Amino acid sequence: MADNPTVEFALRMGDNCLVLGQNVSAWCGHAPVLEEDIALANVALDLIGQTRMWLGLAGELEGKGRSADDLAFLRDVREFRNCLLVEQPNSDFGQTLMRQFLFDAWHHPMLKMLSGAADARVAEIAEKSVKEAAYHLDRSTDLIIRLGDGSDESHHRMQGALDRLWRYSGELMAADAIDEAVVGPGLGDIEAQYKDYTSKVFGEATLTIPEAAFMQKGGKVGLHTEALGHMLADMQFLQRSYPGAQW
Amino acid sequence: MAALATHLSIKEIWSWLEDVPDPEIPVISVVELGIVRDVSLDGAAIVVTVTPTYSGCPATAVIAMDIEQAIRKHGIDEVRIETQLSPAWTTDWITESAREKLNAYGIAPPEKGAACAGALRTRTRIKCPLCGSANTECISQFGSTPCKAHYRCKDCLEPFDYFKSF
Repeated sequence: MADNPTVEFALRMGDNCLVLGQNVSAWCGHAPVLEEDIALANVALDLIGQTRMWLGLAGELEGKGRSADDLAFLRDVREFRNCLLVEQPNSDFGQTLMRQFLFDAWHHPMLKMLSGAADARVAEIAEKSVKEAAYHLDRSTDLIIRLGDGSDESHHRMQGALDRLWRYSGELMAADAIDEAVVGPGLGDIEAQYKDYTSKVFGEATLTIPEAAFMQKGGKVGLHTEALGHMLADMQFLQRSYPGAQW
Repeated sequence: MAALATHLSIKEIWSWLEDVPDPEIPVISVVELGIVRDVSLDGAAIVVTVTPTYSGCPATAVIAMDIEQAIRKHGIDEVRIETQLSPAWTTDWITESAREKLNAYGIAPPEKGAACAGALRTRTRIKCPLCGSANTECISQFGSTPCKAHYRCKDCLEPFDYFKSF
């Protein structure tokens, strides 16, 4: 697979969307208020739509005849290329929201940059997705500030979520040769934008970024936390037990 | 039958597509929505190029099927639907006539050139489609379908959908 960096890169982008989309969709019918239930379902739907484009591209370029569905339902945990952040469990609404914000604050500038990628097929998927990601970032920013700078309880929960999840944010920006081959120079700009944006928002939300946190990584090369296997067991059950089942 | 296609004018095919309603918002057609990007002939086949609204919109598959059926209804056997991602669909492509129809249907039409640029956290004033007041507020940027936001009118107190700028 390493022969073509675009295949691996499309898997990373697609798996991020797939794993986050699947996790977020589990909130459908369980969110604290109706408007959030609808918003979570909509965000999940956008992410699954983006998954189809990225994994469709990965499957096509790979040339082994695997469809987006094959890649989603028939790969095992070590073959997934998503970052560790998106596979962290939903836990409470605060953790779900913090995970979303830490992702959106990277996803939006990344897609913006990819809209000008040298590979036209990467660029057109990014051009389509960036418009959706803008709305995701708009919502998660708004809620982080409202809940961070909210009641004692909501502040406490948001700070707890940030303390727990911040250590997974570094992997988003930790670029390797594959990222560099597809994105080109400019990856450093995304890191600068991310730091600038998140510290501005957390400041407004009266939340404190943990100092000297060790950044966890491994997801991009297939080394995942325990949570991903559990999620895949649930998501892939039908295709594993009834191969090729359709409706 | 297939030979029929070669005698058709492209304009005629466009007019058939003007009768294909959006499955979620049946008062406007897929042409008015701006998602039909091209109609062409490839030998005996009619090729319709469609661009998706939102990448995960469940209506996309239904729209492709409806377009195919609308053309087959006129006796054409060979129809091909192609998907085009770029340039990405924008609500600025929604026609003027469709904007009026949306408003009459109770959905505030999208503001032009006001697509969310990410983290703006500013809300444009949207006119209530029921009473016309601009004294409205955004409840949520996410509504009953991916393309709609949820608003409330502070004068007539009715909730309404806003076809959000995209």
